[in-house]
Amino acid sequence: MSELNQQMAARYKNNFLKEIEEQAEMGEWVKMCMQCGVCSGSCPTHFHPGWEHPPQEIFMMIRAGKREEVLTSPSMWMCTSCYNCYVRCPRKLPITHIMHGIAEYAYRLGLAPKMQPTLHLSQTFWNNCIKTGRVNEVRLTQSLYFKDGFMAGIKKGLEMKDVALGLIKAKRLNILEALGFGHKCKDVQGIHRMLAKARELEAKRKGAKAQAA
Amino acid sequence: MTSVVATNQTILVVGGGIAGMTAALEAAETGKRVVLVEKNPWLGGRTAQLYRYFPKMCHPTCGLEINLRRLKANPNVQVLTLAEVTGISGQKGDYTVTVRLKPRYVNEKCTACGDCAQAVATEIPDAFNYGLGKVKAAYLPHSMAYPMRYVLDPAIIGTPEAEAARAACKYGAIDLDQKEEVVSLKAGAIIWATGWRPYDAAKITPYRYGEFPNVITNVEFERLADPHGPTGGRILRPSDGREAKNIAFIQCAGSRDENHLRHCSRFCCMGSLKQTHYVQEKYGDEGKSTIYYIDIRAIDRFEDFYAKVRANPNVTFIKSKVARISQDKDGNPVCWGVNTEGYKRYANTHDLVVLAVGMEPEVKGVDIPAEVMSDSSGFIMADPLNGAIFGAGCATNALDVNRAVQSATAAALRAVQVVNQIARAEA
Repeated sequence: MSELNQQMAARYKNNFLKEIEEQAEMGEWVKMCMQCGVCSGSCPTHFHPGWEHPPQEIFMMIRAGKREEVLTSPSMWMCTSCYNCYVRCPRKLPITHIMHGIAEYAYRLGLAPKMQPTLHLSQTFWNNCIKTGRVNEVRLTQSLYFKDGFMAGIKKGLEMKDVALGLIKAKRLNILEALGFGHKCKDVQGIHRMLAKARELEAKRKGAKAQAA
Repeated sequence: MTSVVATNQTILVVGGGIAGMTAALEAAETGKRVVLVEKNPWLGGRTAQLYRYFPKMCHPTCGLEINLRRLKANPNVQVLTLAEVTGISGQKGDYTVTVRLKPRYVNEKCTACGDCAQAVATEIPDAFNYGLGKVKAAYLPHSMAYPMRYVLDPAIIGTPEAEAARAACKYGAIDLDQKEEVVSLKAGAIIWATGWRPYDAAKITPYRYGEFPNVITNVEFERLADPHGPTGGRILRPSDGREAKNIAFIQCAGSRDENHLRHCSRFCCMGSLKQTHYVQEKYGDEGKSTIYYIDIRAIDRFEDFYAKVRANPNVTFIKSKVARISQDKDGNPVCWGVNTEGYKRYANTHDLVVLAVGMEPEVKGVDIPAEVMSDSSGFIMADPLNGAIFGAGCATNALDVNRAVQSATAAALRAVQVVNQIARAEA
């Protein structure tokens, strides 16, 4: 268990709904759900085996205080952001955003399922692009291809080689990025300062929310 | 020219449904002069279009009969049909109202013998049956219409058919020279009882109403079950005329939905529970009803009614709002969704789907030609700024017949108080 996770679990004791309301982005909407089921019925990924709990069930589990089950669930990560539920919810809950909010909170606490594909992609993409302010495409593809081992990576790379060559020809991909060269922002230090400030503001806002409640 | 006798001690009632009729009669029976204005060629409104009432399962014709008798016995009420209010000016105790009267082309000599309908071939959609089926362009709106007189549809006016209808009438009741007219009248107080309309189900796009013939609304289902309806009381599918024995009822079709109607329409749960009785009554154990619901709102004493339907093994309750409807190759509608009890997916095939559509106030989007306050759903709110214009029945809230009558009586009492004040001031 991460330190933050222990802190939060202690702070909110048995009130998981309150924890989600204060700590997860858009979490304050959860209590508005009336359990009609239109979101689940409209969800195109609900046939997928990884979609263990549909949104209305996640909301009910939050209210029922099933902290561990919700935060470790891969369900929120299955959301494809198609916005069908968001558009059709009779109570106008921003369901897509709530799903992302809960997923992000679970990640922050270190409870999100390890190597879940969506999580892995988001994490790799983010870490890659904040370094220079621009995505290093070669390194990003590398880390995705080799996620399941060396041989699998080689195989995937060979499969995609024609696409890669085409991209290089069209100057959409710089092979030197593999060595750390390639495009980046003019003011890399500035980007880092901006991100640090954003993190500070977010922490402040969450702290204020928790105190006000 | 229609003559209307009215002074500033007259009460004008707009709308001749159950609420308008009640308000008019309650006021008239205290000795006040009342003018009742109705848009249709007949009185009774949407109540007359029901097959049965809940919770006693009696026929609306009974309740209407009582009101019509009271009306016929009371000289204080003047009824104007085919009439619409187009303008209101003045203030509390002194209103001037303009009313547009459309021609009926049939005068009071009509005996409702039906010879004119025999002489006419043109057919028009049957408005009384919500467009399920057709009627001749010379028609009696329904078997209990008041006034009991035929109507000629404007579609045939000026054609040889209208002349044929006139020639067929033995009583000289058809008057093709009638023209639209506008009359002006005085009123001390106005009761606005224009009622409701079913929410337009075609706006709930995933339910494909209007596209799939076997997806119908609750008001249409009332007409299918009624022996005076288009199918003679047999519950037949619109697509192939086959008997529908496995029927789904979808609750909150439009209601309790920020994208459609914000409010709970209150009557639709009881309406669907009532309609399961129709299925049971027609088919016995062969008739199966399935109610898809968010939660059943059988308010106060109706809980008993709900418990009895629950106990019926031929009625299944599924706690889920259907997400979408598709159609299989035989034209059967299929309901898709997730059951909240267990969170399991379902795709259930039915013979017929009935959408329990909600109530939209008839005043919504229509300008009442005066300053009147309304809430976020468009219902009239009681407010001192309304002066002596009082809402009654479903123009003020989503109500069942019983509560609409209570609301109408309350409005009549308020209007009577205004008129009494004027009478005292002038005495």
